[in-house]
Amino acid sequence: MKVAILGMGSVGRGVLRMLGEKDLGIEVTAVADSGSALIDKKGISIPEILKAKEMKGSCGDRSLGAIDVVSAADYDVLVEVTPTNAITGEPALTHMLAAIDRGHHVVTSNKGPISREFSLLMSRASEKGVCVRYEATVGGAIPIMHTLDQGLAGNRILAIFGVLNGTCNFILTRMADEGLTYEQALLEAREMGYAEADPTYDVKGIDPAIKLVILANKFWKETVRLEDVDITGIDKLTNNALRLAEEQHCTIRLIAEAIPDRGILRVAPRLLPLSHPLVVEGTLNAITIETDMAGEITLIGKGAGSVETASAILGDLLYIRDIHEGSHPETA
Amino acid sequence: MKLEIKDAPGQLVAALKPISEVGGNIIAVIHQRDDKQRGKMLSVQIVLELPDHRLKDLTRLLREQGVNIQRIGHERLLYEKAVMMIGHLIHTDLGDTVDRIDRTGFAEVTELNISMPAITEVSSARLLIKSVNREDMEQAMDILRRVAKEKDFLLVEPLEEIE
Repeated sequence: MKVAILGMGSVGRGVLRMLGEKDLGIEVTAVADSGSALIDKKGISIPEILKAKEMKGSCGDRSLGAIDVVSAADYDVLVEVTPTNAITGEPALTHMLAAIDRGHHVVTSNKGPISREFSLLMSRASEKGVCVRYEATVGGAIPIMHTLDQGLAGNRILAIFGVLNGTCNFILTRMADEGLTYEQALLEAREMGYAEADPTYDVKGIDPAIKLVILANKFWKETVRLEDVDITGIDKLTNNALRLAEEQHCTIRLIAEAIPDRGILRVAPRLLPLSHPLVVEGTLNAITIETDMAGEITLIGKGAGSVETASAILGDLLYIRDIHEGSHPETA
Repeated sequence: MKLEIKDAPGQLVAALKPISEVGGNIIAVIHQRDDKQRGKMLSVQIVLELPDHRLKDLTRLLREQGVNIQRIGHERLLYEKAVMMIGHLIHTDLGDTVDRIDRTGFAEVTELNISMPAITEVSSARLLIKSVNREDMEQAMDILRRVAKEKDFLLVEPLEEIE
């Protein structure tokens, strides 16, 4: 199977490294970063391109760009791992649609297009008979999409509750454990590289709300949008509030919640008993799914990271290969 | 309530019937045979929900059935929820905030723990709210959400999974 990769940030490099280390029969025929691209239908040497990126800061020919890769390269699956634009989803959305129109599958970690234009992408993909997979958009390494699509197939989803933002969870954990103020814990998160210079998207609850939209669109009747989510961040919390919670053997976590029967789509800090499965430490993510048949299932795992996100991308790639190339033992 | 009824067939049903007649909801019935103490009487404990004003009717009906009431315990507010509030709670009249819940008649703030670090900083408080039942609690929470919006403080609610 041949793949073209858009984006050579932390996720893109993680995917390349893992494809280079593991003999999965996946060949990279094109790569693009923000300023250049490299296309070779005979296959690109992964160590060479990683080295070029490290030495020169770009991966290839500066006269080429992502759109050339999408429209001219020889590939089966487009791996779209560029940074999220939550407002328009562009330019990733255009690239994904162009790949779909050429009859290629898409695997992405990009929350923008999936949360903004879910129904457009899905209907276009089904017209063309291709897959759009987005495991890496929610919960990092946690296989939540595979769990919902395959593992829990046939179940009715009654509710989803999740800790979907590692930065917020880290801040709340530090405030509770060390009695740090919100500002101190945020500063520490920045020093550790968990928080962006502008942490608004995380601490105001927008990032987990976008992830909630992506999850909810799997089982909600109508298409869900970011505007439908009731959002409260963690930036007004105090260490005194956490201490008062602890006196009652409780703590506070930023919980994303979707309950279809009650029309609830909410991200807000909530009180939880310390023994609750969603009370996870540090940058971990956790998701509880309530279903009619399977009952309650909680998944806990790393919500971010280069190799962790690559795990989710590779899971999607191998799923597509198994479904569409007949390499699965039963269909071979 | 704790009742004393005759140890004979049909007596327990006779004692329970008036409860449904006055619109009561039986939560639990516990009956213990204590042969040594009272030969022909049986002690029965009944936990029930009942509108306050119907209690008189119930005791009258039970007495008419020949049922002896040993004791009536009264726990009006059975449902409780802890919430946190963070903001300028004192400056926005904490007394009024609590009163908005209390004056509903169906819910009360029964505990309040507050931490006030400095006059210019925000306060954090933990409130225990009790109500008659789940629906009343939801109404009390709606009131509190409105007050939080109006007075610009953060309300942190407990996570309750669906049943």
